[in-house]
Amino acid sequence: MIEEKFDAIVVGAGMSGNAAAYIMASNGLNVLQLERGEYPGSKNVQGAIMYANMLEKIIPDFRDDAPLERHLVEQRLWVMDETSHTGIHYRSDDFNEVKPNRYTIIRAQFDKWFSRKVREAGATVLCETTVTELVRDAQDKVVGVRTDRAGGPIFADVVVLAEGVSGLLGTRAGLRKMPKPETVALAVKEMHFLPEEVIEQRFGVKGDEGCVIEAVGTISRSMAGLGFLYTNKESISLGIGCLVSDFAATMESPYVLLDAFKNHPSIRPLIAGSEVKEYAAHLIPEGGHKAIPQLFGDGWVVVGDAAQLNNAIHREGSNLAMTSGRIAAEAIVGVKRRNNPMTRRNLTIYKTMLDNSFVVKDLRKYKDMPALIHTNSSNFFTTYPRLISLAAQNLMRVDGTPKIEKEKATTRAFINVRSRWGLVSDAVRLALAWR
Amino acid sequence: MTIAVTNLRVEDKLYQNRYLVDPGRPHIKVRPHESPSANLRALTHICPAKCYELNDKGQVEITADGCMECGTCRILCESNGEIEWNYPRGGFGVLFKFG
Ligand SMILES: Cc1cc2nc3c(=O)[nH]c(=O)nc-3n(C[C@H](O)[C@H](O)[C@H](O)COP(=O)(O)OP(=O)(O)OC[C@H]3O[C@@H](n4cnc5c(N)ncnc54)[C@H](O)[C@@H]3O)c2cc1C
Ligand code: SF4
Repeated sequence: MIEEKFDAIVVGAGMSGNAAAYIMASNGLNVLQLERGEYPGSKNVQGAIMYANMLEKIIPDFRDDAPLERHLVEQRLWVMDETSHTGIHYRSDDFNEVKPNRYTIIRAQFDKWFSRKVREAGATVLCETTVTELVRDAQDKVVGVRTDRAGGPIFADVVVLAEGVSGLLGTRAGLRKMPKPETVALAVKEMHFLPEEVIEQRFGVKGDEGCVIEAVGTISRSMAGLGFLYTNKESISLGIGCLVSDFAATMESPYVLLDAFKNHPSIRPLIAGSEVKEYAAHLIPEGGHKAIPQLFGDGWVVVGDAAQLNNAIHREGSNLAMTSGRIAAEAIVGVKRRNNPMTRRNLTIYKTMLDNSFVVKDLRKYKDMPALIHTNSSNFFTTYPRLISLAAQNLMRVDGTPKIEKEKATTRAFINVRSRWGLVSDAVRLALAWR
Repeated sequence: MTIAVTNLRVEDKLYQNRYLVDPGRPHIKVRPHESPSANLRALTHICPAKCYELNDKGQVEITADGCMECGTCRILCESNGEIEWNYPRGGFGVLFKFG
């Protein structure tokens, strides 16, 4: 199909692949990008909060024409039990800045825009093309790919694997292991459409301002999980995700969880009267630092979710994907400029640069969190949320009981359920993992 | 208190989505088996598109038309050969309008 040899082939047109292809093409490399979807974004799912700084490093004036929904001025973190939520809300007018820091986006639209930028930078982008295999030479160096289109293999000096969390190519070629059920979460999500004014009223925002809610608690039915609600211009993205291993153990159905979340008395009024236009499902890498695979080899690098570069604690993925794509591209451009071959040795620079960036530093900081949360999910997601609700209600009901007795009752409830030792050890372990 | 979930049909949810089905070329296959493993049986509950179902002989079958290509079943059942998982041909399968 394509006879020429490329400087680089990028597999995937998601956040990481677009960043990589854009940077390499902008630096004059001859880039081919292959995407299996009908259009970029047609296979992709995100919450979605997009972080401006990381995109600015790639496309500084992105605000001029990128499809952005709302910039965030308020974030709510809710701990929920069956009938209540206890929340921390942070809202600041400082977020109404000239160049806002975080935006909600709709991935299918955003990916199309990003892909247009990639083409404008000079890369060749082919959609509806699934890459089926990596091609290697006698020395085992990756030298190209095969696709499901007619024709032979396509060759390049280096292949950037930006194939996302389930990444068949890299796992089948033995470049990395398949993610384990306890290192990936399954998330389901719906798009609820409502008139702009209704969203502004319900969330107390105006113009482009937006608000997000993130929720933990009994909504995940003892599994390690998170619910979310993000405001877009004329729609609300709403979803919930839990570890695949927990789903397999409990046999809970994700759509039942999602519907229960939607029907929670704290959520239901926020989406009342909406029209649902899509139901989506996707995996999220949650293994953190310990799950990062080998990142480069002879003729290849891996970026984004395929490399498990996802910060589950802060719900950041797209920015790590964009940044790893950019850094991989800069490393490749550097090797190319020196006229060096794309060997394992020369591509080491990618890992060195990534280790020095916020991507790996953040993941390293929380390296013990995934294991802690996984082994304690029923305490963190059911017991504590119920206790917190009990404590708040006890405090707020005015019924003639002296306050001192109320406080004692709350303390007793915590100790009864979890024991003094349990409480202290959970607190210590959480503090150590957070450190 | 548990929250009652009424009339929940995944089929109705999937109906909102856009798909381009590749007739006669299912991208996921279940290996014939006598009785399903725990993971394979779990898929009848946890596949978000309800693609997996038990037949009257107690075996697990798949109809992959509504599949959202999330990969959950691959993570649980590919490595021991219980299912065979591939991406649909380029352009086919689920087409998210929003994502
Ligand atoms: C429900 C949900 C909510 C999220 N919320 C947030 C959030 O609010 N903020 C945030 O920062 N992150 C969030 N994330 C994470 C974020 O979506 C990911 O980290 C990010 O999309 C990863 O980008 P990527 O380029 O690595 O992979 P992807 O965006 O998944 O892109 C991979 C691309 O490769 C293509 N592809 C795969 N294999 C092949 C092949 N063989 N041939 C051709 N093409 C192929 C796919 O079609 C796809 O386009 C969320 C994720 C989910 C699922
Ligand atoms: S990939 Fe996901 S949606 Fe498709 S059959 Fe497997 S579990 Fe179901």
